[in-house]
Amino acid sequence: MPSDITGQPADVTAPTHDAHKTATDMDTAPTCDGKKSAIIEARNLTLAYGDRVILKDLNFDVARGDIFVIMGGSGCGKSTLLRNLLGLEKPTQGTVSFNGENWQSASTEARRNMRINWGVTFQQGGLISAMTLAQNLSLPLELYTTLSVSERAEMVALKLALVGLAGFEDYYPAEISGGMRKRAALARAIMLDPSLLFFDEPSAGLDPLSSRRLDELIVSLAENLGATVVMVTHELESIFAIATQAIYLDNVTRTLMDRGSPAQLRDHSEHAVIRQFLTRGATPKTDEEP
Amino acid sequence: MWSMTPGRGYRVQNGGEPAVVNQAVSGIPEANPAVNSAAVRQSTRPDGLQLSLTGAWKIGAAPTFQAFATTEATAVFIDTDGVTEWDSSLVNFALQAHLHAQAHQYHLALALPDGAQALLTLALSVPAQKQPAASMSKLAQLQHALSPIRISEHLGREIQDLLAFIGGLLAAFVQTLRGKARIRMADVLRFGYQAGPNALPIIGLTSLLVGMILGYLGAVQLQEFGAGIYVANLVTVGMLREMGALMTAVIMAGRTGAAYAAQLGTMQVNEEVDAIEILGISPMQFLVLPRVLGVVLMLPLLVIYANVLGIFGGAIVAIGLGITPLQYVTQASSSLGIDHIGVGVFKGLVFAILIGIAGCRAGMASARNSEGVGRATTSAVVTGLVYLIVADAAINIICQTLDI
Repeated sequence: MPSDITGQPADVTAPTHDAHKTATDMDTAPTCDGKKSAIIEARNLTLAYGDRVILKDLNFDVARGDIFVIMGGSGCGKSTLLRNLLGLEKPTQGTVSFNGENWQSASTEARRNMRINWGVTFQQGGLISAMTLAQNLSLPLELYTTLSVSERAEMVALKLALVGLAGFEDYYPAEISGGMRKRAALARAIMLDPSLLFFDEPSAGLDPLSSRRLDELIVSLAENLGATVVMVTHELESIFAIATQAIYLDNVTRTLMDRGSPAQLRDHSEHAVIRQFLTRGATPKTDEEP
Repeated sequence: MWSMTPGRGYRVQNGGEPAVVNQAVSGIPEANPAVNSAAVRQSTRPDGLQLSLTGAWKIGAAPTFQAFATTEATAVFIDTDGVTEWDSSLVNFALQAHLHAQAHQYHLALALPDGAQALLTLALSVPAQKQPAASMSKLAQLQHALSPIRISEHLGREIQDLLAFIGGLLAAFVQTLRGKARIRMADVLRFGYQAGPNALPIIGLTSLLVGMILGYLGAVQLQEFGAGIYVANLVTVGMLREMGALMTAVIMAGRTGAAYAAQLGTMQVNEEVDAIEILGISPMQFLVLPRVLGVVLMLPLLVIYANVLGIFGGAIVAIGLGITPLQYVTQASSSLGIDHIGVGVFKGLVFAILIGIAGCRAGMASARNSEGVGRATTSAVVTGLVYLIVADAAINIICQTLDI
């Protein structure tokens, strides 16, 4: 019987995405340096609020098809990096390119076109509280398609069904649970079948079962939609369950400390702090810090 | 053997089980200074300074390291052989010694009980966040904050932000007129309903009372000259030109402006504004414009409503003074003029725009936490009221100049 990265028997119902291959499989997963092309390129990114530097000199690529996790301890700037990738904040210096197109120098129209291909779920979900789930999900369709009202309703029903919320069209976000809100936000994020999905702490505040189901849902949708996923999280179970590539942000040096598959980082990172992070503080195999 | 029981005292035992001494009261262990109180014996040795700690080290009854801090010794040796009991005060002593030695670069040899050593290691495990050096004293900081340059810089930024917000709002409005904006009429109607019909009771009550106050105020003075009948004129002109619009706007600033700030601030906290922006929708068109239009559509109507009730309030006072209703209506009608009504309604329109801008701008600029939403709400009301007073004065001056 194949075993998963934790050494436990693999869940036969788990999604068949690359992310659910074994640690050995992940070690050999191609990176953007190899076969896959980069969908996101971050170069010399420095993020700061006034004089307070949050992160400096970040350089990384996100390869097409990857489930790319941004991880690190609390306060290391994971969500700030995501907000900069999303163009919600401006980096102090450096650039972010999507499919080779520089976001910082792109026109408003070009940015809008880039964003059409994104789906984003925020830590709080980001559903508009004054609108029902159906209205929330319809928004992207109203904006970017010429579908009729009935066609939009059908699409909304489909996406809600995909995330296990069939029949919840007329509910307001406040009327459903936190886990359901996250799934509804995911449904809105995939309304236009985006090629790039961003998640900010998708498992935060969820019970272990809901968290695992959400992970499986993300992998399943990403695989079937052919989307690349960029996820901010520090949930180890999620990281090992779905990530193909990860970067670790260090909250002391304020830099990108290491990158690789989660298993590679756990077993072979030259930084003890990363090995400790990925083993929940257990004594790392080698203690020397370079 | 050293042992530690949180919230209680610690005590040395010779190889036996740890014993708890001095049961804690209110979380702070009781000290018995008369017996075995904490002390530091200071002595010199060839290679440095020796500090021997003795007695029961308890919070509130232990010496601090600062009393023994020295920069003259090249090495400091601290032993705790004579310590019989200890709590955080001992760890604090050791930590201060460590920081002092680090700052002044001398050798420090610490021999602590195991538990205290573990706590010290824990306290030093994460490097302290570097705080920006305080380059100025508090007085100097206050002087700097209140300096004309600083205030003018702040004011300049405020004006710049305000103009940018107004520009964005105008652009969104023009795009709406051209049919290119994404604005939901259902939202405009909803916000209009919240701002208008829902506010009728409170506007009605305050306007009636303001009319009565104006009536009493005028009656006292006018009756001295035997001109009590002119109370009707005073109330009518006062309500139409000034008080109807101003009082309605003040209530709306506290009610609607604050609500807009709280709504948008909460949307910032819940990342709804980010989500809207990511969807490619302009928050200015989708969130701000419907709210501003809602209050702009309703406030002039509320001003007319307030005027009617204010004049009615004046009538109640006038009747109480012996003026017949017919006399009051006749006298009030004589002072009714389209210019007075127009000025009041125009003020209502301007005030509505200002209330909408103050409320929405504060909400959109809100920090992403509950305190930020509170600050945004306060800011919406305060700036809204300031805008109202300034605008009212400006309109009155213009009307005076144009003889309206």
